[in-house]
Amino acid sequence: MTTMAPDAGAQDTMAQEAVFDAAVAADERIEPRDWMPDAYRATLVRQIAQHAHSEIIGMQPEANWITRAPSLRRKAILMAKVQDEAGHGLYLYSAAETLGTGRDELLDKLHSGRQKYSSIFNYPTLTWADVGAIGWLVDGAAITNQVPLCRCSYGPYARAMVRICKEESFHQRQGYELLLALSRGTEAQHAMAQDAVDRWWWPSLMMFGPPDAESSHSAQSMAWKIKRHSNDELRQRFVDICVPQAASLGLTLPDPDLRWNEERGHHDFGAIDWTEFQEVLRGNGPCNDQRIGQRRRAHEEGAWVREAAAAYAAKHGKATA
Amino acid sequence: MTNADWPLWEVFVRSRRGLAHTHAGSLHAPDAEMALRNARDLYTRRSEGVSIWVVPSAEVTASSPDEKDPFFEPAADKPYRHPTFYEIPEGVKHL
Amino acid sequence: MTLGETPLATAALALGDDALVLSHRLGEWAGHAPVLEEEVALANIALDLLGQARSLLSLVGDEDELAYLREERSFRNAQLVEQPNGDFARTIARQLYFSVHQHLLYGQLAAGDGPFAPLAGKAVKEVAYHRDHAEHWTLRLGDGTEESHARMQRALDDLWRYTGELFEPVEGLSVDRTALREGWLAAVTEVVERATLKLPDGPQTGAWTAGAGRQGIHTEPFGRMLAEMQHLHRSHPGASW
Repeated sequence: MTTMAPDAGAQDTMAQEAVFDAAVAADERIEPRDWMPDAYRATLVRQIAQHAHSEIIGMQPEANWITRAPSLRRKAILMAKVQDEAGHGLYLYSAAETLGTGRDELLDKLHSGRQKYSSIFNYPTLTWADVGAIGWLVDGAAITNQVPLCRCSYGPYARAMVRICKEESFHQRQGYELLLALSRGTEAQHAMAQDAVDRWWWPSLMMFGPPDAESSHSAQSMAWKIKRHSNDELRQRFVDICVPQAASLGLTLPDPDLRWNEERGHHDFGAIDWTEFQEVLRGNGPCNDQRIGQRRRAHEEGAWVREAAAAYAAKHGKATA
Repeated sequence: MTNADWPLWEVFVRSRRGLAHTHAGSLHAPDAEMALRNARDLYTRRSEGVSIWVVPSAEVTASSPDEKDPFFEPAADKPYRHPTFYEIPEGVKHL
Repeated sequence: MTLGETPLATAALALGDDALVLSHRLGEWAGHAPVLEEEVALANIALDLLGQARSLLSLVGDEDELAYLREERSFRNAQLVEQPNGDFARTIARQLYFSVHQHLLYGQLAAGDGPFAPLAGKAVKEVAYHRDHAEHWTLRLGDGTEESHARMQRALDDLWRYTGELFEPVEGLSVDRTALREGWLAAVTEVVERATLKLPDGPQTGAWTAGAGRQGIHTEPFGRMLAEMQHLHRSHPGASW
């Protein structure tokens, strides 16, 4: 269903805005053909696209281990997980398309660096344990971010997120289980698990975005109910969840300042290195070029395949414009 | 020529026999046959379905939200279409 | 390990290794497919095959010991499935040749009363879909653009010499090989011609007579594939994962 912005000239924008605001205030969902402020549409496209890009770029660090998975059971799990990420990318691109921006255009923007994906995927997966750390910490952080999005004000995005969250519930558990096996395994395996957690912990905390005081998009997104909790709130929630989980794993979180604060009823934790975050965001992470390079190559090398299928459909009259 | 030449399809899945097809989402495919297969892979990989429809998105005619009032409001003042409209003495069963 | 000591084990290894190796090759596509929808499709096929491999290897022994601790010369897969992915056309040609064969073979096994009947009965439905996928793509690549036509023809030609092995007798596998071969040739010919392509006319086996995959003789890329697949498991002897 292509969605066109209605002819604003013929309508009373003020009245439309009032209808929109009332719907958001009443926790109703905004649907594709409803009138919406341009800035709301643009914010959603940007956010959904970034989310979709993260899913498909996020396939790479894990796919890096499919061919080396150390047991057939783990290999099947990992393949299914990476496949899910492709699927989630597809759900999200579809949601973005309901706002009038095609997948092609979004992929173009990804490939040319005009749209971003989650910086976490610019870190390398150096050992098998990294697959576990990604499942436990990265997916854990992602789920903490995503669960509230199931109630996002934009219907298609909220529905995509419901599906994604349902499917992702196994992602985090498999990561945890993988790390547990390593932690309880040989000395070398345990060390591998601890090393992975040491490397992924801080980047995972950065996934919640800059501190509230410095987050440029937060306030408006909260008002529009695209976002329901602040970056710092979600980060705190995540830390509180992880501490006992790490203890059960028999692994240490690499933060000497991490401790329970009775007064706040939360864990205090150390300062995040936002310089590193900004550097990775700017493209200076360990894998930025590699990730985009592979993505672009897959797309370019696949062009003849997509063209062939389109040509076949045109010849056999089965295509619809 | 790019991916843009693969049109968008709306996917409807019947989750089990006895239920209607419901909208599951959309996807791109060069033609109907491939759309069905892509839909099978994407929307039923956890056994979510027993039957799939695919419809070119461009072929869907939708009511406009601007017509919301004239389209749907007249139905709202006909409560006699609903069983709760009728008062039945307490104790009367099977009604 | 009681490698191939019984006819049942020999047959299970041949079928299991075919599925394992092809699954591994398809898994290499993750993150590289020509379009997102195809990421999902190729992974589905790879997962089906991996499931089949695990069931089959488990008939012989421990699935992981068999997958990770055997040397190259002990693998019993046909050489066709170990061929590198190449471009998408080459992968599709490999899928077409193999899945038509596997579909007919599993159809026969499922209809019989041998030890593989239950497993084949389940797998034949999965394989029917793999075949369908390969056939649809063969049509689109063959009858798509000039470039895709040329690539698909080259892929069919290049892999043709690995197809003869699929019809060699395998101990422990009682199938009607004549019917298998004829059914395969008819099906492949039909699709290839409908795709405006030409059935290759070269020999269906290589000139070297030392044997082929079923005898543990593999092609050079297979050694590197195994090195990658087995390295981590072998680096931690006795570890559980």
